[in-house]
Amino acid sequence: MKHVNAVVIGAGAGGGIAAKELAVAGLSVVLLERGPWYTTADCRKDDLRNQRTTMLGNAFGPRDEGTPRVTVDASGAARIVLASEGGYQNNAACVGGGTLSYGGQAWRYLPQDFRMRSTYGAPAGSSLEDWPITYDDLEPFYEKAEYEIGVSGDYSGTPFKGPRRRPLPMPPLAPNREFYILEPAAKRLGLHPFHLPMTRNSVPYNGRGPCMRCRWCVGFACEVDAKNGSQNTVIPTALASGNCELRTECMAKEILTDDRGRARGVAYFDADGHLQQQPCDLVIVSACAIESARLLLNSKSRLYPNGIGNRYDLVGRNLQGHHYTGAVGFFDYDIYDDVGPGASIAITDYNHGTPGLCGGGMLANEFTRLPIHMIDRLPAGSPRWGLGHKQAMRAAYKRNIQVFGPTQQIPTADARVTLDPTVRDKWGLPVARISGNVHPHTFDIGEVQAQRAVAWLKEAGAISVTKLANKATGVSAGQHQAGTCRMGNDPQSSVVDRDCRIHDVDNVFVIDGSVHVNNGGFNPVLTIMAIAYMASASLVRNWKGTGLKS
Amino acid sequence: MIATAAAGSALLSGCFSAHNSGWEFLTDSNAATLKAICDQIIPADGFPSASGAGVLTYIDRQLTRHYRRHQKVYLAGLEQASRISHERFGTALESASPQQELAVVTALESENHQFFELVREHTLEGYYGSPRHGGNRDAVSWRMLGLDEPPLRGRAQYDLRKGSPS
Repeated sequence: MKHVNAVVIGAGAGGGIAAKELAVAGLSVVLLERGPWYTTADCRKDDLRNQRTTMLGNAFGPRDEGTPRVTVDASGAARIVLASEGGYQNNAACVGGGTLSYGGQAWRYLPQDFRMRSTYGAPAGSSLEDWPITYDDLEPFYEKAEYEIGVSGDYSGTPFKGPRRRPLPMPPLAPNREFYILEPAAKRLGLHPFHLPMTRNSVPYNGRGPCMRCRWCVGFACEVDAKNGSQNTVIPTALASGNCELRTECMAKEILTDDRGRARGVAYFDADGHLQQQPCDLVIVSACAIESARLLLNSKSRLYPNGIGNRYDLVGRNLQGHHYTGAVGFFDYDIYDDVGPGASIAITDYNHGTPGLCGGGMLANEFTRLPIHMIDRLPAGSPRWGLGHKQAMRAAYKRNIQVFGPTQQIPTADARVTLDPTVRDKWGLPVARISGNVHPHTFDIGEVQAQRAVAWLKEAGAISVTKLANKATGVSAGQHQAGTCRMGNDPQSSVVDRDCRIHDVDNVFVIDGSVHVNNGGFNPVLTIMAIAYMASASLVRNWKGTGLKS
Repeated sequence: MIATAAAGSALLSGCFSAHNSGWEFLTDSNAATLKAICDQIIPADGFPSASGAGVLTYIDRQLTRHYRRHQKVYLAGLEQASRISHERFGTALESASPQQELAVVTALESENHQFFELVREHTLEGYYGSPRHGGNRDAVSWRMLGLDEPPLRGRAQYDLRKGSPS
């Protein structure tokens, strides 16, 4: 197989950007993706089979057949889980990765999110740390992500934000009814509500039209291609450069290394299941926190008996996502106007600065809700079945507002991905084994956040409010998965350096949420994108034409 | 289009299973018992019951597809429901009175929680989920909840409503 400069593994948020940045800089790139390339024609509106409600399977992968994982509960009992089951911690397997079907909230973390240990100290039992980079380092790349991928919204209503040089490239979508109810209520409470940022066209942008405000949003591909992901922005640009070849339905097996411990290529199974070897100068792992860790752990050799980058048993640790808490408020008049995407208003007043808590989180109203989302979210005391349940569905469906947010998750080293000793996938590779739990302080934060959601909804006029702040019994990862290849300056306490390069292998990079030191009180995707731009810029700067400057 | 698809699949399954009238997995007797249970979970009022909206078709189809793994639990649960009905009321569940049916389903909820929870979940999915899987016939539950069906498309939907500043 012809030698190329770079192999990028995973065509999601991070890998799509890395492939584009390298390809337009003149490097030859092969982009491997284990899933297919869906188009807007694959946007079937099936509320039982999509990426958010998966009773009948994942619409955008992985399929349930042949791709198990193992999850270990608090008692130590392990069980096999299928890709569409809850404990699997799935993202997606397709070109675009999670960005094809996500809700698309496009948050910048706050400056304090990069300085968590300095700001708060590390709670006992946690692995809370500072990042080796600051908000200011990342700011230009946040901006680049906002402009290249395309973000709409308006931060002007809040002082709780990091400094920025330019406004968002697109104005917010027109508010829905929930916005008009929640906004004055938040202001009465002394809060600072604003139009939340989203990777969604509100006006024509990047050659595609604006959102048509349908109800099929988070979990679905966009029928009119107004939702911006890597599949309709950077990946087409990468391909148009002539320097990038996208190979879909190709599953990476391992990173191959030479006698000196440097990567020399990637072994992968092609769409027909045949084992192939792609030689290259450098490897970029962008398979999402769980699969990136798994690939590194599966890349064993004489020099790396425990996997690449894993000299200090760090790969796979600090797995984190977001513990969501909030509340559902029930009103005595119709509110639901069926105008997508639904999520429209947010506050970041509570992300930092609460005495006794290590951070907080953003709170926002929920995306458009489909009837299936409401069957177990009825007012407290509603019957679970029978005529009473049917009547409660009718009474409550259009008369509620839901306010939720991702709690700042306090990482622990015990929440981790390892290789299962016995279970293998359809390619014969050891599968990810997920164990550990959320650090308990996360629940303290989540509880306070839920109480704040309750207060906001009551102020907005809700006649009854259900607080939702359940304590998870296992790790939280899922679509916000992060942390398994932590970024840091010290090779003994982190996996990659500030340029996303693995400490002890100078031509292997991890460019996805795996490198996050913590996950902020926000949806992580814009940070994944910004880091991908930053790491790619550094890589291109150090590229000599045949290899990296040493 | 939905009706055509349903008829098509009924014909198709009829070709392969001689022992029942159009079900892919259930026997007629299974189906009668399941209908009684589903219609207690979502009874008829001004709007159709579970079975009236096609929930049995939904469950039956998925028991040969995504829910194959639940076949055993269903067969055992349906048999148990039938047994409870015979023991308490001396009649098959489908011939029992509505009050008796409710008593049997309530008993089932505590005596075979796993089965009851599955049927409850699948009934609600079939009733409130996408019509493409055979349930929620003609999107009846969506209309019941006041959703426009088919949905109004494009910005017209928004502009029809008050509050648009643009």
